[in-house]
Amino acid sequence: MHLENNIQLFTAKDLETDQEVRWCPGCGDYAILNSVQKILPELGRSKNEFVFISGIGCSSRFPYYMDTYGLHSIHGRAASVATGLKLTRPKLSVWVITGDGDSLSIGGNHFIHTLRRNPDMNILLFNNQIYGLTKGQFSPTSEIGKITKSSPIGSVDSPFNPLALSLGANATFIARTMDRDAKHQQEMYRRAYYHKGTSLVEIYQNCNVFNDGAFEVFTDKSQKPLTALFLENNQPLLFDEGRKGIILDGLKPKLVATEDVSINDLFVHDEGDKTKAFILTQFFDEEEFPRPFGVIYVSKEKATFDDLMNLQIESTEIADKAKAFKELLYSKNYWEKK
Amino acid sequence: MSTHSIIELENVVIKFAGDSGDGVQLTGNQLAETNALFGNDISTFPDFPAEIRAPIGTIPGVSGFQLHFSSQPVLTPGDKYDVLVALNAAALKTNIKQLKPGGILIVNSEGFDSKNLRLAKIEESENPLINGSLDAFKVFQIELTKLTKLAVKPFALGNKDAERCKNMYVLGLVYWLYNRGIDNTIAFLTRQFKKNEVIANANIAALKAGYYYGETTEIFLEKYLVKAADTTKGLYRSINGNQATAFGLLGASIRANLPLFLGTYPITPASDILHELSKHKGYNVYSFQAEDEIAGVCAAIGASYGGSIGVTTSSGPGIALKTEAIGLATMLELPLVICNIQRGGPSTGLPTKTEQADLLQALYGRNGECPIVVIAACSPSNCYEMAYLAVKIALEHTVPVMFLSDGYIANGAEPWLIQDLETMPPILPKYISSNIANAKYQPYLRDENLVRSIAIPGSVGLEHRIGGLEKENITGNISYDPLNHELMVKIRAEKVAMVANTLPLQTFENGNETSKILIIGWGSTYGAITQAVSELQNEGIDVAQIHIKYINPLPKNIGELIQPFDKILVAELNNGQLINLIRANHLKDAKGINKIQGQPFQIIEIKEAIKQAL
Repeated sequence: MHLENNIQLFTAKDLETDQEVRWCPGCGDYAILNSVQKILPELGRSKNEFVFISGIGCSSRFPYYMDTYGLHSIHGRAASVATGLKLTRPKLSVWVITGDGDSLSIGGNHFIHTLRRNPDMNILLFNNQIYGLTKGQFSPTSEIGKITKSSPIGSVDSPFNPLALSLGANATFIARTMDRDAKHQQEMYRRAYYHKGTSLVEIYQNCNVFNDGAFEVFTDKSQKPLTALFLENNQPLLFDEGRKGIILDGLKPKLVATEDVSINDLFVHDEGDKTKAFILTQFFDEEEFPRPFGVIYVSKEKATFDDLMNLQIESTEIADKAKAFKELLYSKNYWEKK
Repeated sequence: MSTHSIIELENVVIKFAGDSGDGVQLTGNQLAETNALFGNDISTFPDFPAEIRAPIGTIPGVSGFQLHFSSQPVLTPGDKYDVLVALNAAALKTNIKQLKPGGILIVNSEGFDSKNLRLAKIEESENPLINGSLDAFKVFQIELTKLTKLAVKPFALGNKDAERCKNMYVLGLVYWLYNRGIDNTIAFLTRQFKKNEVIANANIAALKAGYYYGETTEIFLEKYLVKAADTTKGLYRSINGNQATAFGLLGASIRANLPLFLGTYPITPASDILHELSKHKGYNVYSFQAEDEIAGVCAAIGASYGGSIGVTTSSGPGIALKTEAIGLATMLELPLVICNIQRGGPSTGLPTKTEQADLLQALYGRNGECPIVVIAACSPSNCYEMAYLAVKIALEHTVPVMFLSDGYIANGAEPWLIQDLETMPPILPKYISSNIANAKYQPYLRDENLVRSIAIPGSVGLEHRIGGLEKENITGNISYDPLNHELMVKIRAEKVAMVANTLPLQTFENGNETSKILIIGWGSTYGAITQAVSELQNEGIDVAQIHIKYINPLPKNIGELIQPFDKILVAELNNGQLINLIRANHLKDAKGINKIQGQPFQIIEIKEAIKQAL
């Protein structure tokens, strides 16, 4: 079924289906769809080896627009469906398409448990900080005080920090990107694909109908330099076109003007350093710090869930199952009635 | 030498009762196994407390094991006991009502001291051993702890370990009383404690001491013999329902040559299926203990989508959580086996007690028009065949199948005439793995049974999308078209109804269409109803009996069988569920025999209800 030696080439165009894309005009989901369609042909796999599994929400319509295998499941459960598939079909490239309501609210349990088990799959978390499909209620990533249909005088729910949550759940790959930056997105999806283990990519996605501009502070060209920090492995943390940077005073990050410090004193990003990753995930509530984008943490140490389970099965595999089963049935004391 | 006379009996119902730490289950299982190996027909009924370790000596802490062994075919663990072994006052208080007048009562007199009486909430003055309330029974008081400690003295065990051997002492005594050898249990103890020889030998010493106690003392004047039963020829083993369910699923996986994927979450009384299947990964068994019930069933759906046999196991409360996912599998038209090992409900209910109150949940407990196949096992060993068939139907008809069992048959054991895999029907799944025609794959194109062909992800040229939204027939594209929705609802219903074409026709277990009255049952009540009916027939009362294993769809001829009867009874361990189906579908004024006490039917209860209805 898997034709690894006989890869059938395909293009982004080949990934389009005959289904009309029905997201609202101007929705950030279009950019994500385009970026995923752009990188898939570059991964050296045949189209039939990709599976996209989604839950419920605007983003979860995604599989219908990809001419690969796809399953649109139920609210919050995509990661569970994907786990069952990946365990039994470990050679497939499995992608979970989900949103902030889907994975952080109704599917929160599956989200954290999937991350800790680490099956080799990619979770694209479309975070628009709102319930779009149900027409505009606050979500578990909406900010306190948010005015929505279900919080007319302001939400009193404190939001999740999705990447800190993921790191706390022992995720082995966490990254953040934004719908407005196609090149960065594509790089993150490639990195996610090549990471062996569960890769979580949080995508800041604009809902132009119910939460327009939620991430404009990070995506707008004029504000971006001061608010977004693009991470590069082994490179110092710099933003504002190199004018500002971050140093570590012990474990405490501090903002500095680069002219005031030696370049050697700056916080150097190390994707493999969990302590540093934790600090970066905390650039979230404190407004003075820029929001980090890029791969925040990768661990290559942990075996994948699918490898571990299949190893148990393969290492104990019985050659003649029918014969062994017969022995199993008769293994307990049995007796003959003559 | 023993001069005891031997009295032959047709059958014996014995109940061991003690504290949940007394090893009552092990003792009962050993006696059951030894008798089965001897050739008796047997049926067992373990009765656990809900708490793992309720306070020692209290009523909630009482654990029981009931065994019926006979020289005749046995269908139930028996109504009343011929023998009660009570290891403390609480055990006696809980069980004495079920002991037949004139029955043998063996008590550990040390379990009736002030403390034990207080824990059992019995006034000192009301001590049953001295107040005369046991006069109707043959009472044998034994200082069990003291005698056991004496027997194991050479092994210099600690106080607790020494006392723990008392179940073997009493088992030895029962072996003597029923004229059975102790070799099987000696072999068991040697195996069980192979890493601790001292404990093994101490238990063996206690077992022997108990045996010789019967032999040498004058306490019993007679001993008993139950001859081997004249059952069908062949090779037998003892099996309980959960084991049989696990073996049925495993056998189906081997026969279908597909991996078995169990996505599940621990719950009483279903967890033993997970435990059993987890031992057998080498057969290509994926056992996935999920974070919750929902993840368990959803992972099973994912595995099913990937071409494995997706199975989820649970009990009522867990099934409630899985209902949305079962609806998804219905829409996806993927195979899925859902095992519901029912227990007393609603909510947490009675986790360790039995009930058949999830039938309507199985049939209707989902949003929308969502029919699935529902089948029910009727005895511990029948779980093997029914679980196997659940897989077969799911794969061949691309539908979810709910397999119903319950705590009574899940934990109860009986001899099983072993069914070799090659005697089971073949399983022919509906997969296509390559695009031979090179035409566009239509995921909802159907065969003559309305079954769709499933393309497994990874297959070249068969890329497609499926999901929980209503879909257009044939293409599988999302469709909100009103007429298409109605068509799809009817197709899904018809597809399930068409399963009946492949099912065996219903037959009478007893009697026929000319009998005066018909009794209908389903699931675990088979033994009690069948025994009751055959006893009534022996008494000259003409009763017909139907026992339903396939509940949705019902066998095609069920209406035909029911139609001639004016008097119809439906016996169920619930407040009346199957009866609604019979009344609604066949317009018959059926009457219910219902019991909702967390306990199985007694034969006498069924008999009396039938007599009353005549």
